[in-house]
Amino acid sequence: MAEGPNSARGTGSNKPGLSLHVPEPKFRPGDAVDFGHVDIGAPGQLSRPDETCHPRELHEHAYGLVRVLGDDDRAHGPWDPKLDADTLRTMLANMALTRAFDERMFRGQRQGKTSFYMKCTGEEATSISAAMALAADDMVFPSYRQQGILIARGYPLIEMINQIYSNKGDKLKGRQLPIMYSSREKSFFTISGNLATQTPQAVGWAMASAIRGDSRIAATWVGEGSTAEGDFHSACTFATVYNAPVILNVVNNQWAISSFSGFAGSERTTFAARALGYGLAGLRVDGNDALACYAAERWAANRARANAGPTLIEFFTYRAEGHSTSDDPSGYRSAQERSEWPLGDPVNRLKNHLIALGEWDEDRQAEMDREAAERVRATTKEAEANGILGHGLHHPFRTMFEDVFEELPWHLKEQAEQAIKERQIKWPGSLDQ
Amino acid sequence: MSLAQTDCKPAATGAQGRRINMIEAINEALEIMLARDPDVIVMGEDVGYFGGVFRCTAGLQEKFGKSRVFDTPISECGIVAVAVGMGAYGLRPVPEIQFADYIYPGLDQLISEAARLRYRSAGEFIAPMTVRSPFGGGIFGGQTHSQSPEAIFTHVAGLKTVIPATPHDAKGLLIAAIEDNDPVIFFEPKRIYNGPFNGYYDRPAQAWKNHPDSAVPEGYYKIPLGQARKVTEGEALTVLAYGTMVHVAEAVCREKSVDAEILDLRTLVPLDIAAIEASVEKTGRCLIVHEATRTSGFGAELSALVTERCFYHLEAPVERVTGFDTPYPHSLEWAYFPGPVRIGEALDKILQD
Repeated sequence: MAEGPNSARGTGSNKPGLSLHVPEPKFRPGDAVDFGHVDIGAPGQLSRPDETCHPRELHEHAYGLVRVLGDDDRAHGPWDPKLDADTLRTMLANMALTRAFDERMFRGQRQGKTSFYMKCTGEEATSISAAMALAADDMVFPSYRQQGILIARGYPLIEMINQIYSNKGDKLKGRQLPIMYSSREKSFFTISGNLATQTPQAVGWAMASAIRGDSRIAATWVGEGSTAEGDFHSACTFATVYNAPVILNVVNNQWAISSFSGFAGSERTTFAARALGYGLAGLRVDGNDALACYAAERWAANRARANAGPTLIEFFTYRAEGHSTSDDPSGYRSAQERSEWPLGDPVNRLKNHLIALGEWDEDRQAEMDREAAERVRATTKEAEANGILGHGLHHPFRTMFEDVFEELPWHLKEQAEQAIKERQIKWPGSLDQ
Repeated sequence: MSLAQTDCKPAATGAQGRRINMIEAINEALEIMLARDPDVIVMGEDVGYFGGVFRCTAGLQEKFGKSRVFDTPISECGIVAVAVGMGAYGLRPVPEIQFADYIYPGLDQLISEAARLRYRSAGEFIAPMTVRSPFGGGIFGGQTHSQSPEAIFTHVAGLKTVIPATPHDAKGLLIAAIEDNDPVIFFEPKRIYNGPFNGYYDRPAQAWKNHPDSAVPEGYYKIPLGQARKVTEGEALTVLAYGTMVHVAEAVCREKSVDAEILDLRTLVPLDIAAIEASVEKTGRCLIVHEATRTSGFGAELSALVTERCFYHLEAPVERVTGFDTPYPHSLEWAYFPGPVRIGEALDKILQD
């Protein structure tokens, strides 16, 4: 005893050997999928506390699931946002357009028109419904799967496609990987591609808004996997410390490329529950329930705008497709997961709700889907006139050196001259500067 | 102070005026910019009520209020990140990182975010922040309060790196940095916060009040980024230095009666290459002095530039005097520091034929 613990005793030790726990998802390729272990509660089950409540009153909301739409396609309980039919149809149209856009852009990548694309299939509500619950000039700091926000805010599709094609019409001058949009006009922060960096930046924007006595708030989206980054901790800490008017949306789509959410800690807690330790309001929400997504985001926006503090929302959803065009999920997860997901598909659920209200029907849905596909097709053609990736119709060479600094310093001037000279050597007589 | 007194040239301006140290100069620059521009905010660990561990922000919170000057959590990642967000909003944040040695948790936010916002958004979003941070050794700070990491930042496209060597420059450069629309790393050589340092750690400390560049004009003025300062005019060789090492190099050259042309670079990016070329073409010899570690230090860049651009004017190989490639040692600080002996040896070598 007096000698204390001694791990170097070797043979004869009667202490149990330690073992490392490495998380393992329930299902791998070929496995039959049963999500029975996922507790999804019931629609309408959870109370809707006042927006100014203390975070400690949200224990159930951080571990349970805020749900509105039931299997009967009806809205239930205090979280029903009671949206009018026109708003619901607009939401559905945004979701349909986003899905059509994703389909077309994915195909475009497969046809060699660009290098990369990322779909948000199955997660449309987490960006579209949430964005519709914010004011149009609330600043959003998205991750890379929130194209739905731009679509909900009416950003021109052609700008998105030009960016995806990195062509001469690309407002970002072909500098960014496809889908890393930026639109100051739509209060949509430039997408980084580095994970979770936008989370504390959103807090900083919100702090600035509060410093200025503005009324606009900030909202940011991050995947559950990248909540493991230190930036997420910084964001939660600063948000709480300064009571920043910000919403931290965590999109828990279960998969970070091939790593399931267990590698971000989901085996023992929820992502919404992380909020409680920081003193943030925390809500865990059915991310495939457009009404619940809207209601939760609106609750958090009301809270932030009332100076009552930040909120962390976990959207519990499922990444129905691969991580990106570079990923094939059949290599690491069961294909059955998508069909077995207990919370269904967000577009179908919203559509069925509208039908149940007598405000929609299958024919109108088919017509809307057809129109969305046609609009995307026509816009794609229009964008292709500006060029596709690698086919010469890019911005002039000198633009490579612009915007590194506000003004071009001598060393970049020299390097720009070098680049243009190389161009002339490779293509003599080229007018491209 | 008699030693320092004899070291000094007469002040070019404001000889009758007040004398202030670098801390006071920085404090004045911050105060002026907080008063001039409502977008300027100052934040960092201990900078608010307390006024900063080096007192650079003393009195500012009281004068401008807690929403303009405030303490932050101990999170360099968070400090830089929220500054990026504030810049996106339209503010002009001036975050302090308490010691440059602690800036590394904020590197991703500086390198991948602040430095590239303008580029990746084609100018839609910018990061007009000035990250102030005391750097350098000579204060028995050990390995975690002594480093000179400037080369990490000069290597990054999109960051400007500024290092003042006098109170006069500290004020004018800091005002220019704050007004600059690009992210600026502003390293303050903490060894010379309170007085210039000639490298003789065993002699009495000097005070700024006896140095001509402590005559700092009141009110607003700025020194453009990217302009070197000619510290001494000379013919024998060009010495390129910045921060504390400007003063050490100057003292050694004077002591050895070397007719050196000393350039205080003041801004590493963008670099005043014209001043460097003009001087080296005149003298034909070049010594580079910095306190940071040697390998891949900024001296390597300077040496390459001088060799590439002034080769046919050179009469001797370019020499570098730097700190050693070790962590900054505590007890052996003065063996590490590129002091008078190391500089003297290099001068002898470069001037021998």
